[in-house]
Amino acid sequence: MAQVEAPGPETTDRELTMSRAMVEAIRSEMEENEEVFYMGEDVADYGGIFDSTQGLLEEFGHDRVMDVPISETGFIGGAVGAAMQGMRPIAELMFVDFFGVCMDQIYNNMAKTAYMSGGSVSVPMVLTTAVGGTYNDAAQHSGTLYGTFAHLPGMKVVVPSTAYDAKGLMHTAIRDDDPVVYMFHKRLMGLAWMPAPEGPKTPVPEEPYEIPFGEADVKREGEDVTVVTLGLHVHRALEAAEELAGEVDVEVIDLRTLVPLDTETVLDSVRKTGRLVAVDEDYRSFGVTGELLARAAEGALEDLEAVERVATPDVPIPYARPLEEEVQPGVEDVVEAVRAVR
Amino acid sequence: MPSVSELQEMYEQAVTARRYEERLQEEYLEGKQPAFDISAGPIPGELHLAAGHEAAAVGVCQHLRDSDVVTAPHRPHHVAIAKGVDLRRMTAEIFGRRTGLSKGKGGHMHLYDPEVNFACSGIIAQGCPPAVGAALAAKKRNTDDVAVAYLGEGAISQGAFLESLNLAGLHDLPVVFVVEDNDWAISMPKGRVTDVDDGSRRADGFAVHGDRVDVDDAVAVYEAAGEAVGRARNGNGPTLLEVQVHRRMGHFMGDPESYRPEADAERAEALDSIPRLEERLRAHGVEDDEIEGIRERANDRVEDAIVWAKDQPQPDPEEAYEDAFTQQPEGWPERPEVAATDGGER
Ligand SMILES: Cc1ncc(C[n+]2csc(CCOP(=O)(O)OP(=O)(O)O)c2C)c(N)n1
Repeated sequence: MAQVEAPGPETTDRELTMSRAMVEAIRSEMEENEEVFYMGEDVADYGGIFDSTQGLLEEFGHDRVMDVPISETGFIGGAVGAAMQGMRPIAELMFVDFFGVCMDQIYNNMAKTAYMSGGSVSVPMVLTTAVGGTYNDAAQHSGTLYGTFAHLPGMKVVVPSTAYDAKGLMHTAIRDDDPVVYMFHKRLMGLAWMPAPEGPKTPVPEEPYEIPFGEADVKREGEDVTVVTLGLHVHRALEAAEELAGEVDVEVIDLRTLVPLDTETVLDSVRKTGRLVAVDEDYRSFGVTGELLARAAEGALEDLEAVERVATPDVPIPYARPLEEEVQPGVEDVVEAVRAVR
Repeated sequence: MPSVSELQEMYEQAVTARRYEERLQEEYLEGKQPAFDISAGPIPGELHLAAGHEAAAVGVCQHLRDSDVVTAPHRPHHVAIAKGVDLRRMTAEIFGRRTGLSKGKGGHMHLYDPEVNFACSGIIAQGCPPAVGAALAAKKRNTDDVAVAYLGEGAISQGAFLESLNLAGLHDLPVVFVVEDNDWAISMPKGRVTDVDDGSRRADGFAVHGDRVDVDDAVAVYEAAGEAVGRARNGNGPTLLEVQVHRRMGHFMGDPESYRPEADAERAEALDSIPRLEERLRAHGVEDDEIEGIRERANDRVEDAIVWAKDQPQPDPEEAYEDAFTQQPEGWPERPEVAATDGGER
């Protein structure tokens, strides 16, 4: 399909939730290309536990919107095999925390085949998965694991924070010839039973459009401090920036894709502000925030005055509300960190 | 056949478990009206209730003692009750309180009571390998303890279960896999995810004993489990026991169940195991007022646990940093030290 300049969100008044925007892209790709199909648990009649396939069964039937056994190794590995045959499967891992039962297919087959085959075999599939906490689902259902997936070479990693981005990134993901892990944050989807914050629901153009991988989005411009983040924490960072307005002029960068990572946009901003706060919902050690600080140090050391990071401390996510709140990076944590580098 | 007193015990556990789920449902939904918001109300998180699964819990656990190990999946309350888990502390855990079994860190899918060797995993079929491990430990130590792994019929297509069956069979380990077949895995009916109607046939491929109880009946389960547990205790190896149960509620609280035909829910109601167990009691000459007495005792116990739990303190936020290790390294985990960087002059 010819690449067209993406129409901006300002071209329409039609607002969608993030889940609807994501599904719209999947629907459009399935209409265009018979080789696109969706596999996952509860994706057919239920429409996805997090609405990731809402309404697709009615249009495409059980052959293309496939409920599968609770056999993640089997069906995610199956998606790898179908993709190696040139089809464009989308496989859903219901919660990213379940990666443990099927990581071999993801890590050793999905991610390494292109390289191990010397580029002669590609794996054009999308692995969708729900991430994130904030609703007390405890240690086995609340992770984001951004860093875990981004750490392992061979898969592109996408994390939308708005409906507009969710749609464009999904189009790009399905058309991409490589495996793409598409991580959607439950709290952003616009679920009836888990209210989303202000922000992820945005205008979304009706026509298909792509958002290129490796292009971060400056969600708010500012002169004093750079906050780099992704997913749910884009909205928390924007809220923090709003709270600090008049005191500190905060720039908020939404990475949108972790692999590839738009280092240039981060460095440009850091060169301007000299102060970097890296924020995410993943674990503090060996993760995204550490990587961002390293890249800033490597690429803009001279301009760097101060750094901070805000992330989840290295404990499994606890269940009780006061405990989860304690470990979840909140708006106030971002505010404090920005003040600290000021 | 179970004795009258065993029947009474099973009945008491079953009605306790039923009452417990009904009361938790009420508590959970409090604060979630009119709009359901998973983050509101007194009970945090997801909630998978087991009303309709009681026969599988009481029929098996009647044969177990404290030193036997049980692992349960995401739907664990009925099994925990039948295994003798401390009801007050379990309830406090479900309410996310500091005096809960796990100090509020675990939650309803992650209940641990080492006093009675009970543990859970919320990841499908992942309680099976640890049960095999417990059985291995029993065998190596020459005790006659057994291990029981509970799982749903949706879980029998998961690798961990199949690998566990093979390992248990190979080493003749004292473990019983109890599959609670409620016909559904969230929205997926059994026939959509496996061609094998009788899950116990999975055992054949591993030369393990397989058995299925087709009726939702605690006594039938008791009989079949008696053989399976006896086989394990006597050193004669593992059993895969599938038991027909019914899901009387949504998969989790808040499940709209729009995928479920009304007739199916009605069937679950009609085939309920508790009235059947009551009939058995009557047939053994247990009077109605005795039955009523058991029910009242069960209700009181549930109420006591809930009232107690709700009165317990919330954990202190600082406690989030404890317990990731039993020998926690000093200064761990690294905590952000805000204002640690010297911003310097610009
Ligand atoms: C590995 C893994 N995949 C998916 C899930 C999500 N999940 C939780 S319960 C469930 C359905 C389980 O069905 P079944 O085993 O039949 O038990 P039931 O819920 O009916 O008691 C699913 C798919 C999970 N927890 N772990």
